[in-house]
Amino acid sequence: MSDSTQKVINSLKKRHRKEKVFRAAGATAIGFGFLLVFLLITDIITKATPAFKQNWIAIEVDFQPDLLGIDGLDLTRLPKGDYRTVLRSAIFEMMPEVSGRRDKRSLFGLISSSAEFEIRNHLVANPADLGKKVTVWVKVDDDVDSYLKDDVVVGEPGIRISEKQATWIKKWVDSELIESRWNSEFFSLGDSREPESAGVKGALTGTFYTMLVTLVLSFPLGVAAALYLEEFAPKNRWTDFIEVNINNLAAVPSIVFGLLGLAVIINIFGLPRSTPLVGGIVLTLMTLPTIIIASRASIKAVPPSIREAAMGLGASRMQVAFSHVLPLAMPGIITGTIIGMAQALGETAPLLMIGMVAFIVDVPGGITDPATVMPVQIYLWADSPERAFVAKTSAAILVLLGFLLIMNSFAAFMRKKFEKRW
Amino acid sequence: MSDLSITEALTSDDIVIEGTVGTTTAEDAKMSMRNVNVFYGDKQAIKNVSLDLARNQVTALIGPSGCGKSTFLRCLNRMNDTIPICRVEGELKLEEQDIYAKKLDPVLLRARVGMVFQKPNPFPKSIYDNVAYGPRIHGLAANRAELDEIVVSSLQKAGLFGEVKDRLDAPGTGLSGGQQQRLCIARTIAVSPEVILMDEPASALDPIATAVIEELIDELKEKYTIAIVTHSMQQAARVSQATAYFHMGHLVEMGKTEQIFTNPTHELTENYITGRFG
Amino acid sequence: MTSSTLIFVVLFLALFSYWYGIQRSIKVAGGATQVKKLVSLPRQFGLLTAMWCGLPALIFLLVWTFFESTVIEALLVQSLSVEVQQLDQSALGLYLNDVRLLSDSSAEVLQKADPDKVFAAEKLLEINRDAAWLKSGLVLILCLSCVAFIISRFAVDFRARVYLEKIIMRVLLACSIIAILTTVGIVMSVLFESIQFFSSVPPWEFLFGLEWSPQMALRADQVGSSGAFGAVPLFAGTILITIIAMCMAVPVGLMTAIYLSQYASERLRSYAKPMLEVLAGIPTVVYGFFAALTVAPFIRDTGEALGLSVASESALAAGLVMGVMIIPFVSSLSDDAINAVPTALKEGSLGMGATQSETIKQVLLPAALPGIVGAFLLAVSRAVGETMIVVMAAGMAANLTANPLDSVTTVTVQIVKLLTGDQEFNTPKTLAAFALGLMLFVTTLALNVAALKVVRKYREQYD
Repeated sequence: MSDSTQKVINSLKKRHRKEKVFRAAGATAIGFGFLLVFLLITDIITKATPAFKQNWIAIEVDFQPDLLGIDGLDLTRLPKGDYRTVLRSAIFEMMPEVSGRRDKRSLFGLISSSAEFEIRNHLVANPADLGKKVTVWVKVDDDVDSYLKDDVVVGEPGIRISEKQATWIKKWVDSELIESRWNSEFFSLGDSREPESAGVKGALTGTFYTMLVTLVLSFPLGVAAALYLEEFAPKNRWTDFIEVNINNLAAVPSIVFGLLGLAVIINIFGLPRSTPLVGGIVLTLMTLPTIIIASRASIKAVPPSIREAAMGLGASRMQVAFSHVLPLAMPGIITGTIIGMAQALGETAPLLMIGMVAFIVDVPGGITDPATVMPVQIYLWADSPERAFVAKTSAAILVLLGFLLIMNSFAAFMRKKFEKRW
Repeated sequence: MSDLSITEALTSDDIVIEGTVGTTTAEDAKMSMRNVNVFYGDKQAIKNVSLDLARNQVTALIGPSGCGKSTFLRCLNRMNDTIPICRVEGELKLEEQDIYAKKLDPVLLRARVGMVFQKPNPFPKSIYDNVAYGPRIHGLAANRAELDEIVVSSLQKAGLFGEVKDRLDAPGTGLSGGQQQRLCIARTIAVSPEVILMDEPASALDPIATAVIEELIDELKEKYTIAIVTHSMQQAARVSQATAYFHMGHLVEMGKTEQIFTNPTHELTENYITGRFG
Repeated sequence: MTSSTLIFVVLFLALFSYWYGIQRSIKVAGGATQVKKLVSLPRQFGLLTAMWCGLPALIFLLVWTFFESTVIEALLVQSLSVEVQQLDQSALGLYLNDVRLLSDSSAEVLQKADPDKVFAAEKLLEINRDAAWLKSGLVLILCLSCVAFIISRFAVDFRARVYLEKIIMRVLLACSIIAILTTVGIVMSVLFESIQFFSSVPPWEFLFGLEWSPQMALRADQVGSSGAFGAVPLFAGTILITIIAMCMAVPVGLMTAIYLSQYASERLRSYAKPMLEVLAGIPTVVYGFFAALTVAPFIRDTGEALGLSVASESALAAGLVMGVMIIPFVSSLSDDAINAVPTALKEGSLGMGATQSETIKQVLLPAALPGIVGAFLLAVSRAVGETMIVVMAAGMAANLTANPLDSVTTVTVQIVKLLTGDQEFNTPKTLAAFALGLMLFVTTLALNVAALKVVRKYREQYD
């Protein structure tokens, strides 16, 4: 055995150890990635679960016309009654042991402020109950709701329930007046300052309109630009300049697009603030580079033989582009568009700049109504101090992630299905 | 040599290959391979090949494109390990040591059986660092002076030192093609291997650079056992002492180079060296 | 008619023109049987007519919409009393805002309002009404006259296809120019506002000042009205968080890329790729939520358990989560760089008896270095421009510190803070946001250009 072979043998042990360490480092990095995804998802799911349930309480309401302050005969005045007083007396009657102004107030605080509207709605829907004593289910306050859902004790930070209130709640629970129900209102209500009355419908509708504007603008614009650059543009400095521009725009921070929207679209052109229209335009400008780049790649992948064949049959370049190249490139273009739209769907920062961060209760009815979108709604709720909003935020995140998952899976499916067709 | 389908049409139908003709064994074998089969997935690339590499000789592996000669060469220092779907069967020995034994370390094997590739592949480092690469990773030099000595002597052996001695810090990629290939040979020699495998080392070079390389190979055989894959028959005739003719995964014929080129036994070999195909 | 109704009307007219153009072309040819005499197909005549009907009208409508509010405002101000016209910009803005609100209000509100403003509101409604009529009229006239013009040129040898293709080509070109317009728009918007800002705050004070407290007094005569616009703490905070993020993202991302491309089995790769895609696809607002509600409290509690004082909005939490966000970015770009290294180099090293890791560390990575540097620069650019994570998890107060456990603020956080919830414009406070935006844009642009240069050079090396 030669001298050098011996030296190599001597070095082997150390080198293989280093190899193992290096390999382990790589495996750790990947494991870390998996761990993070797992942590993130479980964290959000755990936090979100309570938001899909809401505790309701049964209250015996006595719909006395004189208490309501309305004439029992004129049913049209039903919605204008003093339901607050009715509700108060119903609650105090339910808990006769509570006395004193302060205690009464803190008892009343355990019921959602939406309760009076709920009993009003009940009576309006069932006018026959006027003058009768009926059981109506109303929501409990979010503090009570969180207290009931989370396994916590009075006195923990963030728990806004006093000892006394806790005993009352316990009494309700013991006498089975409290019921936990599927929180369908989360999907049917707009935003609210009260967590128990806050839902994502407003944000979802706003997202829908914003995405609609984005899609309607960015798809044709992106495809047209890609088609021009790939099929018709002369190879000169001007075209190069456009290309450089597109590549750079793809890497400009999204918040800068927000500044553009604020300074140009709102302040110079005077389009209405906080609306899906402006949001859609800003997101269009932001996603266009993505769509253009993907579409160009897809158009480029159409083999030249197809163009040559069509041209050989006497078609003009325009006809070739529109009736042969474009249809063949379409799957790739659609995939790119979906990815761009998914990007836009998760975008928050530029929308903050153009005022889509306003507190809006009403569900928007069109692209020029003030609105907010899902990511901004998440941001707003995440900023709210109420404990119950943590669950709401997480639930909204789940909804958003669900949409993103669907879009991205669809894009992946398209890519798989149409890849390597020639 | 480019059109395999013609090769097949010409040969595979009418000529049957039954085992190997000629002498496959050597008296003083550095490496000996018996019944080697290589598979890529389901495809068999090497079919029952047995041959010896004689010590301090140049053995040329020739044959048409796709005949498996490169694949066979790459088995000899287990470079095929890097291809996941590749499977090697049979008995391959480097001086009585089974090179596919489980406990054998491919790192050690490759230090003993070096390889020079078809396309010059100097690392994007300086000329010095290229040659010093092997000694450094294997810990062959105890200090800088020893390393310098290894680098200089390797470059000298590769016949490159005179051309690069005043620019050892220049990047290896800046050399000409022939110089790059000699740098790669120097790099291989620097590890003091026992066997050097060369996979068409001159195919990417011009005739002058090729001549230099061939001369170099002739000198190197004094110290090393060399196996060279080539599809230039002239090259095989010039540099080798033994020649093995591969055809479609089979080792058709093997023997002394003079005999193969002047008086081939097998019809396929004759067809090939007379230039009827390949 | 509102703009959206008008758009539908124009589209309908265009559809009609399509049909009409076809009919006319057939007539020009001399009946359905003679259509072959035409140089172009009747369909092409139809499309051309539709284009002529729709395009000018839509372009006009677009231009009108963009300038409508400015022009109407100017007209309104002109018709108002001299005192109003002499109000300064922000006061005038407020006044007009009131007027706009009034013009939407019910009669009850109007009774209580300032009669001058009520008058103005009525005037506004009047102008609006006139403008709407004018707009609708002009659009329709434009549609019809354009159609009439193009129809008048129809003849047997009229090359409808050539004209049609010319128009389409123009439209396509216009679409591709939007990218340039966007860039110009961005540059203009941040530049103009910044110049305005620098006229009240000197650039050197902004660039080198150590104190940042943009809270302006509402009235100019109040004490301490100037605010402080030294952006160094913001730059420092941005750099600190970026460094933390890079310390997280680069090793993990790079090792992930190395492991996936050099070691991992096909099976592991088929799980790891989607995992990275999930990490890449999660919206930043979600990362922000995770940082603020999970990571930050965890770090604070851990720090406290170790006896360290940790801010509840520590730079560490924001930086780490931002790093996680960037991992897939670094990993995919590094993967590209590593895969671009020719296999010959790898084989050369392995063939000499180097171990896998020696090959990676001493051959692959040095060879891929330019690509990895490019990836690093792009990742830094991402980190610098990232907004939501820092808005939600980093602090608001501008501390000048290098302690990752302290709370710092960043450029993007301040932009958001300065521009949200504030309706007024053109105060140094809002303008400062644009100056910060300018810094951000210039920095990220420089990073991207540098990264692309490095990567391109590297590509040439192996092409």
